[in-house]
Amino acid sequence: MMSELTLTVLRLGLLVVLWVFIFAVVGVLRGDLYGTRVNRRATTPARGNPALPAPQGRRGRPKSDRRAPSKLVVTAGPLSGTVLPLHRSGTLIGRSPECALVLDDDYASGRHARIFQDDHGVWMVEDLRSTNGTYLGATRLTDPREVAVGSVLRIGQTSLELQR
Amino acid sequence: MSVVSSVAPRSGRTTELILLLGAVGIVLLAYVNVGLATTGTIPPDLVVLGVGYLGVNLAFHVVLRWKARYADPLLLPIVTLLNGLGLVMIHRIDLARGRDLTEGVALRQLMWSALAVAIAAGVLVVLRDHRLLRRYTYIAGVGGFALLLLPLLPVIGNAEFGSRIWIRVGPFSFQPGEVAKLALAVFFAGYLVQTRDALSVAGRKILGLTLPRARDLGPILIAWLASLGVLVFERDLGSSLLFFGLFVAMLYVATERISWIAIGLSLFVAGAYVAYLLFGHVQTRVLLWLDTFSPEALQTSDQLAKGLMGMAAGGMVGTGLGQGRPDITYLAESDFIIPSFGEEIGMIGLFAVFVLYALLIERGLRTSLGTRDGFGKLLAAGLSFSVALQCFVVVGGVTRVIPLTGLTAPFLSSGGSSLLANWTLVALLLRISDHARRPLPDPKVQSDVASAHTQVVKLS
Repeated sequence: MMSELTLTVLRLGLLVVLWVFIFAVVGVLRGDLYGTRVNRRATTPARGNPALPAPQGRRGRPKSDRRAPSKLVVTAGPLSGTVLPLHRSGTLIGRSPECALVLDDDYASGRHARIFQDDHGVWMVEDLRSTNGTYLGATRLTDPREVAVGSVLRIGQTSLELQR
Repeated sequence: MSVVSSVAPRSGRTTELILLLGAVGIVLLAYVNVGLATTGTIPPDLVVLGVGYLGVNLAFHVVLRWKARYADPLLLPIVTLLNGLGLVMIHRIDLARGRDLTEGVALRQLMWSALAVAIAAGVLVVLRDHRLLRRYTYIAGVGGFALLLLPLLPVIGNAEFGSRIWIRVGPFSFQPGEVAKLALAVFFAGYLVQTRDALSVAGRKILGLTLPRARDLGPILIAWLASLGVLVFERDLGSSLLFFGLFVAMLYVATERISWIAIGLSLFVAGAYVAYLLFGHVQTRVLLWLDTFSPEALQTSDQLAKGLMGMAAGGMVGTGLGQGRPDITYLAESDFIIPSFGEEIGMIGLFAVFVLYALLIERGLRTSLGTRDGFGKLLAAGLSFSVALQCFVVVGGVTRVIPLTGLTAPFLSSGGSSLLANWTLVALLLRISDHARRPLPDPKVQSDVASAHTQVVKLS
C-alpha cells in the first residue's frame, strides 16, 4: 500500500525533523556562550611564585623611570595567568558581572577596586570602599594611589600586577 | 598567556530566520500529515495557510530586526513551532469532531495567533526599554490583583467547568488570569528590586536555614492569602499555585535565601491541606488524582483516565497525526492537548515538545543572567519561571503527578487569552534579551563627548 508507506514515512519523519530542529537550536546555544573569551593559555606565567622579586625591586625606583602600564596580569589566585588590557576610562575589578575583571573570590566585594587614568594621565588605583580592602604592596589603600609598571595589587586571594 | 577580551556578540538574526523557516516547515509537514491521514489528500489550502503563517512570523522577525536587533535568536523559532504544532493539533481534533477548517476552532485560533503576534510586535515597538515598566510597578500590582479578582464580579464573572476564572462581556469570554500573570511579574520584580535588601538581612539561623525576621514575613503572607483566596473563591488550584509559586520563586531569585522556598512551600502545603478539609471541590480533585480508575472517580469524570489511556495507546512513536482518537477525551484541544500529542506523536514526539519548552525557559533564564539591571533580571527570571511552572502544572496534572487543574499549555492549547498573554511574555523577554546582548557603547566615543568643550551653539 502506497499511502500506508507514505503515512509511516511522514509520521516518523515528523519526529525526526522535530528532533533535528531541537539539535539545531542546541547547536546555536553552544556557539552562543558570549561574554568574555579566554584564548591562548599555553604558558602559565609565575604560577605559584607569589614573591615576584623583579617587580618589587622596580617599585622603589624614582618616578622618572615610570612607564605607563597597558595591561593587568593576574599573578596569583583562581584566575592566575589572565591578562586584561587597561582602559583609559577605567577598569573595574570585583565580583559583580559588570566588572571588566570578574573575580571568583569570596574575599572580594562586588565592585572592589578601579584602575583608571586621572586628568594628568597618571594611572591610579582606587579602592571602592570594599569590605576587605585593596592592598598596594603591603599597605591598605585608603585613598586613590598612583600605580606604575610592576605595582602589585592584592585583592582577597588574588594578586594583580601592572605590566607594560 | 591567556587574554581576556570582550567578544562583540553577533545579533543572530540570520540564524533566527533559518530556524524560523525550519519551524514553519515542520508545522506544514505536520499539517500535510494530518491531511493525508484523514482524507488521503494533501490539503488544498496548504499553500494559503503556510504562506499566511510564515508571513505573520516573518513580519515579527522583521520587527525584531528593526527594533530589537540583538534580541535572543532562539525564542521566536521555538515559539513559532510550538504555536504551529498547537494549531495543527486543534485542527486535527476539529476534523475528528466533523468540523472542517472554516467552522472549526483552529481558524479562530489562527486568527488569535495573528492578533497575538501583532500585539507582541506592538509591545516591542512601543516599549523601547523594559526598565520603563518599573515606573508602573504599583499600577501593575493593583491591575494584576484586580484582573485576578475580576471573575468574582457578579455580572461579567463566569464559571465554566467548575472554575470561576472567566469573564464574559457579550459574545467574548476572556481568562484574565493569564494577563494578570504578566502584570504581577512586573509588580513583583519592581517591588522586590526595591525591598530585597530588607528581605535578605540576616535573621536567626536554625537547622542551617537563615530564617527571616518576623516583620519581613508580611509580603509572603499577603501573597499566600491572595492565592488561597483564588483557590477558595475561584476554585482554581492551577492559577493559585501559579501566582504563589511565581512570587516565591522571584523572592528566592531576589534574596538567594533557600528559607523563602521552605517557608513558601510549607505555607502552600498547609493552605492546600486546610482547603482540602473544608471544600468539596478540592476533595473531588484529589479523589480524581489519587484514584483515577476507581468507580467513584470515573462517575465524576473520566477525562483524566481517557487522557492516560490515550497516551498509553500512543506508545513510543505514537499512532501518527490524524490516526489516533484523541478527540474522545473531553477538552482534548485545550487542557488535554498534551495527552492528544502523547497519543499521536508518541513519547518521542512529546518529549521533543517538552525539550522545546525547556529550551524556551532556558533562554529566558539566560537572558536574566545576561542583563545588567536588577529589575530586568528579576522580570526575566519571573516570566520564564511562570512558563516553567505552568508547564509543570499542566503536564503534572494530565500525568497524575499533581491534582489536575485547568491551566492551558502555553502556545499549544486552544484559547485566545492564553496566546495573547504568552506572546506578550515572549515580547518582553525579547526586549530584555536585546538589552542584555547589545554590545556596550564604545568607551572611546564616550570619552570624546566627555572631553568636548562646552560651547554656545548658534541657532540661526
